[in-house]
Amino acid sequence: MAEAQRVDRAAVAPPRDSSIVITTPLPDQGWLRRNDSLVIGTVAVVVFLIAWQLVANARIWSALFLPGPTDIVTAFAELVKGGELGIDIAISGQEFVTGYALAAVTAIPLGLLLGWYPRVRYALDPFVTFLYATPRIVLLPLFIIWFGIGVESKVAVIFLGAFFAILINTTAGVRNLDTHLIRVARSLGGSDLQIFRTIALPGSVPFILTGLRLGLGHALIGVVVGEYVAAQHGIGKMMMIAGQTFQSAQVFAGLTIIATAGLLMTLALQRLERHFDAWRPQR
Amino acid sequence: MKLEARDVVIHHRRQRYGDMLLAVDHVSLDVDEGEFVAIVGPSGCGKTTFLNAVDGLLPLTTGSLTLDGRSIDRPGRDRAMVFQQPSLLPWRTVTRNVAYGLEIQRLPKNESRRRAERFVELVGLKGFEESYPLELSGGMQQRVNLARALAVDPEILLLDEPFAALDAQTRETMQQELLRVWSETRKTAIFITHDIAEAVYLADRVFVFTARPGRLKETIAIGLERPRDLRIKHDPRFVAIETRIWESIREEAARDTMAASA
Repeated sequence: MAEAQRVDRAAVAPPRDSSIVITTPLPDQGWLRRNDSLVIGTVAVVVFLIAWQLVANARIWSALFLPGPTDIVTAFAELVKGGELGIDIAISGQEFVTGYALAAVTAIPLGLLLGWYPRVRYALDPFVTFLYATPRIVLLPLFIIWFGIGVESKVAVIFLGAFFAILINTTAGVRNLDTHLIRVARSLGGSDLQIFRTIALPGSVPFILTGLRLGLGHALIGVVVGEYVAAQHGIGKMMMIAGQTFQSAQVFAGLTIIATAGLLMTLALQRLERHFDAWRPQR
Repeated sequence: MKLEARDVVIHHRRQRYGDMLLAVDHVSLDVDEGEFVAIVGPSGCGKTTFLNAVDGLLPLTTGSLTLDGRSIDRPGRDRAMVFQQPSLLPWRTVTRNVAYGLEIQRLPKNESRRRAERFVELVGLKGFEESYPLELSGGMQQRVNLARALAVDPEILLLDEPFAALDAQTRETMQQELLRVWSETRKTAIFITHDIAEAVYLADRVFVFTARPGRLKETIAIGLERPRDLRIKHDPRFVAIETRIWESIREEAARDTMAASA
């Protein structure tokens, strides 16, 4: 009844009266209720870690084969004490940031261009399709010949990995624009540049952010696998050596570092997505 | 501002069939300053095509369309369109949607905001300035659509079946509201609809179009006094005009069906 009245008011009331918007606050909910997804997720992770620890403690398999969470923490502490870890993280981080940033600053403008001008897209489509269909990691041997086993070859692999995910999503964003909105802008006398700035750009932001998020995964694969193949330093290199010398706990420690980095960056991007999605009612 | 259409012929490009369909066939009509006219006709009769040409979105094949003697070749500040779909920018609030046309015209931000707020109030959306379009009902979205067109202060308001997608009650409310807003601004208005009662209720004159290709079949002066209350829809004079237009359109629809089956 109250709901019906509220709607009626908004629809029928003349402007003098319609300044009144009737609202009712939501009923009170406990902290647990409001954060149930967080609570249930945390409990699940804790249960998993405890189960893992119990299985590891049972020593059905040796610690070389299946280390428990505490072994990994110990290994991590040893790595920190050893002093090499800092260099590895710095090198991997440098590779990642350089490759990923280069990919973002080139793929976003190019993707906008490809989405906006069909003829540019026709010209570049064969190359984009070919390279996107190829796992870029297979180009690594070539990059090692071209750029050596230093940071550069890894930057190239990371760049290519992230580049296409960002490019293709950005292009899709521009191509999926609502044609009604473009018609409105034309009807109001908008220039191409104004339409681009006020409709194409904000309209494709959600797609660009999705591309950045997908590109993140590709870029992280590039870091680790690139270093597996040939590197002097880096988390991937460290994990490779640990694996070859049966130090399973160290492999897990490396994995945890990579996973944490990926998780934090994904969260940051999701934050950003939510910020730009404020207009979408209830997520 | 006076609109003159002389022998307007428009072909509609059909990409899929690779041909040009004759949509509007030698239409001549005048719309006077401050007049409210409606165009009705069977669906697919080229009403919307004609309106798009007046807005400057479509080129004419032959003939002429002039505003105070100046020929129309592109969209301009003197015209604003209220589209059938609300077509609001979903990432902009109500006020910023209404201000959109003003921003396109490069008005300073706070000036366009101030003007937008006035029109938000005029269409009865005070209290919803900061809402996003997806939080609004269909009727409210169309109010924003209308306010956006009014805010650029056009000489002629073009309305393309703006209430077609609304439910019957909301549609009547919006018709009433439109007349209220129109009587406050006295813009020249061209209203496309397939709803005969809507045309008769709103307009000073109604142009009846034939089935495809669209030709002007007849022009009917409504002559009902203003302001008009919704109750006028039951007035015998109203019903008589409505019946006459209905019969005129039915003839057309029948002719179209015959042509299709022949």
